[in-house]
Amino acid sequence: MDAALLIEKIILVLVILGITLLIATYSTYAERKVAAFLQDRQGPNRAGIFGILQPIADAGKMFFKEDLIPAASEKWLFILGPGIAMFTACMTGAAIPWGTEIHVFGYTIHMQIADIDIGILYIIGFVSMGVYGIMIGGWASNNKYSLYGAIRASSQMISYELAMGLSIIAVVMMTGTLSLKEIAAQQHGINWNIWYQPLGFIIFFTCALAECNRAPFDLPECESELIGGYHTEYSSMKLGFYLFAEYINMFISSAVIASLYFGGYNFPGMDLIESSTLLGWLQFAALFAKIFFFIFVFMWIRWTLPRFRYDQLMHLGWKSLIPLAIVNMLITAAVVLFRNQSF
Amino acid sequence: MQPLTNRSKQVVQKEMTFMERIYLPAILKGMAITLSHFFKKKNTVQYPEVKRPIAPVYRGKHVLKRDDQGRERCTACGLCAVACPAEAITMVAAEREKGEEHLYREEKYAAIYEINQLRCIFCGLCEEACPKEAIFLTDVITPVETSRNEFVYGKDKLVEPINQRIDVSKRQSWRMPEQQS
Repeated sequence: MDAALLIEKIILVLVILGITLLIATYSTYAERKVAAFLQDRQGPNRAGIFGILQPIADAGKMFFKEDLIPAASEKWLFILGPGIAMFTACMTGAAIPWGTEIHVFGYTIHMQIADIDIGILYIIGFVSMGVYGIMIGGWASNNKYSLYGAIRASSQMISYELAMGLSIIAVVMMTGTLSLKEIAAQQHGINWNIWYQPLGFIIFFTCALAECNRAPFDLPECESELIGGYHTEYSSMKLGFYLFAEYINMFISSAVIASLYFGGYNFPGMDLIESSTLLGWLQFAALFAKIFFFIFVFMWIRWTLPRFRYDQLMHLGWKSLIPLAIVNMLITAAVVLFRNQSF
Repeated sequence: MQPLTNRSKQVVQKEMTFMERIYLPAILKGMAITLSHFFKKKNTVQYPEVKRPIAPVYRGKHVLKRDDQGRERCTACGLCAVACPAEAITMVAAEREKGEEHLYREEKYAAIYEINQLRCIFCGLCEEACPKEAIFLTDVITPVETSRNEFVYGKDKLVEPINQRIDVSKRQSWRMPEQQS
C-alpha cells in the first residue's frame, strides 16, 4: 500500500512538473504570439508550422550562449540566485488541486500531490521565498542596476504580499478552511467564490501581477531604466532560469486564481456527467481552460498597460490596495458573523 | 495662440474623479482596444514567400550584358568606375587575342571586373556612364552572404550567362539603342 502510494505520488509529481515546465516553455511562445497579435504583427512563424518549435530554438540558443560570471560577483550566490528562483517556482505546484480523481488502468489517482490542510499558506510561503532568488541574484551580481532591480523587487513583493494575504483571509473566512482542496470542493458547479468576493478577486489579481513581476508592475527588470534589472549580469541558462521562473510563477498564479475564485476544477453542468472517469478528465480540462485564460489575461494586460512609476506603485500598494483589502475583509467578517448567528 | 490643428486639448490640472482614480474603467477600455487589434488582419508581407511589387525601374544587382552573338559588351573603358560615387567598381583591362573574337566584342576587354556590393549605393550612374550598354542594374536583390569578401562580385557573378540572358529592356527604354551600336 505504502509503496503503491509512493509510486503514485512520484509519477504525479513528475507529470505535474513536466506539465508545468511544458506550459512555461510554451508560455514564452504564447507571449510572443499574443504580443504580436495585439500589435498587428505575425509573431514567430519560421520554426516549424506557425513557429511551434520556437521555444525549442530559444532553449537551444540559451544553452549554447556563453555563461559569464562577473569577476567581481559573489560566485556562489550568483549561481544560487536563479536556482532559488526556479526551485521556489516549481515547488508551489504541489498544493494545487488539479482535479478530483482520475481513473487510469483501474487505479484511482487523486489529482493533488500533497493535500496539506494549510495549502494556501504553503503557496504564499513559497511565493514569498521567490524574492530571495531575485534579491540574492541581484545583490551577488555586484552591479548597481542589478541591486536597484533587486531592491525594487523585494520592496514591491513585500508591499503587495500584504494586500494579497488580506484578500485571501476574506476567502478563508468565507470558506472556513485553508486547504485548497476544500476551497475548490466548496465551489461546486458554478457556486464560485468570485460571486461573493469580486473586490477580493481584483485585489488578489493585481497583487498576483505584482508578485510575478509582470507588467505593469515589472519594475524589477524595467529595461528602460535598469538595463535588465536584477538579471543584468546574467547570461545563458542562468538568465533562462530567471525568465522561466517568471513563466512558471505566472502559470501557478493562474492556477491559484482559478482555484480560489473561479471554482478550480468545477464547471457548470458537472452533475449531469455520470461516468466518473469522464468527469475526472473533464474537471482536469476545465481547470486548465481557466488557467490558460488567465495566462492570456496576464499577457493581454502586459501588452496593454504601460509600466507604473515607482512611487505610483508604492502608492497603489500601500494607500489603495491594503485599505481596500481591509475593508473587504471587515465586510466579509461581518457577513460571515451575521449568517452564523442567524442559523 | 492660434492652434495648428483642431485636435489640441487644453491641459487642465484638475483632481481626478473617483472613477478615474480607480483606474479600472480606463484599463478595461485600453484592453478592449488591444483586443480589437488581436482579430485585425495583419499587414505583414511574408518576405521570401511573398514579394511586394517593385518599380519597373528598380535598381538592384548589376549585370554585365552580352551582345546578340554572345560577346561581352564591356570594353574596360573605366567610365563606370569614374562615374561611381561610392568607388565600388574596379577593373583590369586586357587586349583581345586572335581567336577570341567570339568572346569579346571590341579589341579591349575587362580581364577583371569587380563590384563591391557593400560599397555600391545602387545609384545607377554606372549604367548611365556606360557608352557600350554593357552594365545594367537588374531587379534582383543582392543576396545575403556570410563574409565580406563574398560581396565583392567578380565577372563570374556579374556577366550574364550565355543561355540565360537577363532582360533589361525596361531600363533600356529611355535610351535609343540605334545610336549606341
